[in-house]
Amino acid sequence: MKKFDKLTGIAAPLPQINVDTDMIIPKQFLKTIKRTGLGVNLFDEMRYDDDGNERPDFVLNKPQYREARILVAGDNFGCGSSREHAPWAIADFGIRCIIAPSFADIFYNNCFKNGILPIVLPQEQVDILMKDAEKGANARITVDLEAQTVTTSDGDTLTFEVDAFKKHCLLEGSTISG
Amino acid sequence: MSPKTLYDKIWEAHLVHEAEDGTSLIYIDRHLVHEVTSPQAFEGLRLAGRPLRAPDKTIAVPDHNVPTTPDRVNGIENEESRIQVEALDRNARDFGVHYYPVNDIRQGIVHIVGPEQGWTLPGMTVVCGDSHTATHGAFGALAHGIGTSEVEHVLATQTLIQSKSKNMKVEITGKLGPGVTAKDITLSVIGRTGTAGGTGHVIEYCGEAIRALSMEGRMTVCNMAIEGGARAGLIAPDEKTFQYVKGRPHAPKGAQWEAALAWWKTLYSDEDAHWDKVVTIRAEDIAPVVTWGTSPEDVLPITGRVPAPEEFKGGKVEAVRRSLDYMGLTPGTPLSEIEIDTVFIGSCTNGRIEDLRAVAAILKGRKVKEGLRAMIVPGSGLVRARAEEEGLAEIFLEAGFEWRLAGCSMCLAMNPDQLSPGERCAATSNRNFEGRQGRGGRTHLMSPAMAAAAAVTGRLTDVRDLM
Ligand code: SF4
Repeated sequence: MKKFDKLTGIAAPLPQINVDTDMIIPKQFLKTIKRTGLGVNLFDEMRYDDDGNERPDFVLNKPQYREARILVAGDNFGCGSSREHAPWAIADFGIRCIIAPSFADIFYNNCFKNGILPIVLPQEQVDILMKDAEKGANARITVDLEAQTVTTSDGDTLTFEVDAFKKHCLLEGSTISG
Repeated sequence: MSPKTLYDKIWEAHLVHEAEDGTSLIYIDRHLVHEVTSPQAFEGLRLAGRPLRAPDKTIAVPDHNVPTTPDRVNGIENEESRIQVEALDRNARDFGVHYYPVNDIRQGIVHIVGPEQGWTLPGMTVVCGDSHTATHGAFGALAHGIGTSEVEHVLATQTLIQSKSKNMKVEITGKLGPGVTAKDITLSVIGRTGTAGGTGHVIEYCGEAIRALSMEGRMTVCNMAIEGGARAGLIAPDEKTFQYVKGRPHAPKGAQWEAALAWWKTLYSDEDAHWDKVVTIRAEDIAPVVTWGTSPEDVLPITGRVPAPEEFKGGKVEAVRRSLDYMGLTPGTPLSEIEIDTVFIGSCTNGRIEDLRAVAAILKGRKVKEGLRAMIVPGSGLVRARAEEEGLAEIFLEAGFEWRLAGCSMCLAMNPDQLSPGERCAATSNRNFEGRQGRGGRTHLMSPAMAAAAAVTGRLTDVRDLM
């Protein structure tokens, strides 16, 4: 598994609440017996229309967010099914960090197994980062796991909590995490 | 000794190691496996050259992908599904786990097969790469879903790394009214607490109305603990639990039974145990309910009307706008005027024999509304056989329902049973997410009796009008 220490990148805003794992990776893509290659189908039904064409207004289809490495999302992100295909698809797309006011338990755990850092911050702070993310490609956010900080494009620093063992596993790139 | 909750007791009985930061290793008594979330885990074991730690505690059954039409005896047509089921066949054989292949009469949805075969017992830890593992909590077992990496970890070590959750008590006092079922309880709780209300907690359901439920009803309640965001749902075992378990193929026998029973009788929350969160609902306040939106918390009594986004707060306003648009509903419409195209009865929430009896009671002497697609998918081959013995299947066929073989089917639509865009379904399953039952499909969750009533009238219906 890839290590995670520090990440600077474009953050995509997805202000929706209750984004479920069926939205993240719909069931037709769970028929794979591999862990890779799911990135093109990340958010499939929101990202593509019925004919498979990109919906231009979906955030990850916008030119400024195609290279997003961070996702800023609404409350209860990753609820629903336990499918690890959800973090597999997110990692395969290239997103390594998700910031939200809360996450569903199983999804939260699954992220750590796949080199993704889920960060819980209070709603007001997520709102600040959401606004920052909405500025597009010029606004790069920095996440420092060692220091447990998120730095906005304006240089404001927010701190977050993460369980010591999970942090250690991500820093080391070890898959044995809870 | 300080007073403990049921969850505390089961946790402590399985704790192998606890680090200073609370990260713990717990022993797993039962590991249930299905075809969708396990291939990568078995592959990992193969690559590492590791054997299974406890094949005799591992039970596998294909359910998510399998077709439910009789022609499945000739093999699975969809190539990807076939490959996944074949991979499970091979993994089960190579690693020597207990296996119920597609054409075994005991095959069915993993959460129905486990209890039916007596694999699920009070006080156990039960995991499965599936969020509805919460179902097994009905026996007073600590049961929850895990990801594929954790499936691999459990296969290899029979342990799981976990942090302890908080304790939440959901008490349902009093008695349910006529036409109100376990499904209405569990949906109403989520309607009250929200889909994140249980996050970080293990819920214990208790109170008179929970005690009065059958084991099957209790499974329905615990099944949806995950929709309330909880890690697991629990119900303390009692005489009903013991009677249900007794004599099942893999339940303990003789002296072992007596020993087990003695322990099981200690499995309850102590009087003064500490609860981090408590929710109390009066059974008399619970009506037959349906969901109107795309989150399981979007619950209202069938006598209600489609709400308007402005009635909500925060991020929910936008979410409701989005879901009404997706669901094709206008605020103010009485729920009982919403017309449906399809009825799906089945799933690990409501695919057991009592569910089918409730459906038959409504359908007897009635017909499915013309033009409607209606299907019943029993939760296991044994449930199906039982329904045929009791004459329920005849009632279903007579009424115009399709009578399928066991599997997950249209609960998640990985097999050919799917909704088309815009198709509206009355479903007894557990998730009404966008696209859950097929891209663009619109799902209303409800009890089996309510789904049967909807099948008769062609619209969402108060089952009490047909009783
Ligand atoms: S019936 Fe539905 S919820 Fe239950 S295990 Fe199958 S897919 Fe999951």
